[in-house]
Amino acid sequence: MNAEVAAPTAPEKKEFWRWQENTWVDETKDWKTAKIITCGIDVGSVSSQAVLVVDGELYGFNSMRTGNNSPDSATNALQGVMDKCGMKLEDIHYVVGTGYGRVNVPFAHKAITEIACHARGANYMGGNGVRTILDMGGQDCKAIHCDEKGKVTNFLMNDKCAAGTGRGMEVISDLMQIPIAELGPRSFDIDSDVDAVSSVCVVFAKSEALGLLKAGYTKNKVIAAYCQAMAERVVSLLERIGVEEGFFITGGIAKNPGVVKRIEKLLGIKALETKVDSQIAGALGAALFGYTLMSKKAAG
Amino acid sequence: MIANYGYKDGSGEYYISIDTDKCIGCAAERACLTACPKHMFEIITDDYDDEVAWIKKPNCRTLSYDCADCKPSAGYSSLPCITACTPGAIKHSW
Repeated sequence: MNAEVAAPTAPEKKEFWRWQENTWVDETKDWKTAKIITCGIDVGSVSSQAVLVVDGELYGFNSMRTGNNSPDSATNALQGVMDKCGMKLEDIHYVVGTGYGRVNVPFAHKAITEIACHARGANYMGGNGVRTILDMGGQDCKAIHCDEKGKVTNFLMNDKCAAGTGRGMEVISDLMQIPIAELGPRSFDIDSDVDAVSSVCVVFAKSEALGLLKAGYTKNKVIAAYCQAMAERVVSLLERIGVEEGFFITGGIAKNPGVVKRIEKLLGIKALETKVDSQIAGALGAALFGYTLMSKKAAG
Repeated sequence: MIANYGYKDGSGEYYISIDTDKCIGCAAERACLTACPKHMFEIITDDYDDEVAWIKKPNCRTLSYDCADCKPSAGYSSLPCITACTPGAIKHSW
């Protein structure tokens, strides 16, 4: 008798949290005829972006997951967009690093905080009427006021807790086993409004979500409760510095209508829209800072 | 620029606000640096090339504990950092 038992095969682990990485270049422009090419690299806690600005205009970008090594993440992000348009590092005149890993960008000429870069990027993406910016990043949240030139006038940041951040949404996505891009639309597919989950902590909110599922809530209702909690959390942050007309949201959560529409409802104000990927605001601002510095240098 | 350093958690809001416009050419000769018993303040060059005060990064996440010794419950009637900053750039939210 054969006593051997076949080893159980592990079920395929799906990564529901995995968001869409993205590379884009403006095919209508020719970077080879440009006078000034600058690059912004935003190495964040969850995602990294490289943005190319050609003569002061957005030319291309690459947005991808941050690895466990900031210099490699910066290099990979930049390589992705350079490969797409056939550019080399020596073609770029100035590189600015930003984000948590800004001091670890090996080829950066300067490092600038993500607060200043997000304000500058939002000013480009949403126009010079942008005054209040909410950046919902991977592991932090920032509320920023800026002037018509995109210069920061007031800011507040919360990076102590993951509540109200992209990482929190990734946790819920995995728990519900629903792709992260579907969470927002599904949060509206409910028969009645739900109260927000009460906890401000991602770990406890996850436990509370499990309790709601056991109590008979549908997945969509639990997602709605979490989106509402996230919206309430960031609105309390915004209210601390006040909200002025010209409201703009940056970061990955800006792509989640379930959170954005609830924030708009709580504030009674509509966020400005843009066709540019909201995740690149920091890197775009960094590249624009680089362009200003190079322009001043060129002007003598 | 108003720079708010700190956090909000389940126990409350803990922010120190610094009006950096009042830091430029400080009239109190950077007295905040020595007034704080925990030496939380530091002078940096900000993104707009101005020399201003900020709160050291590790302290931004522990303000409620770091500042506890200077609060009224510890015997102070006014906070040393606020008293030392004669231009009035520093405020506490709690």
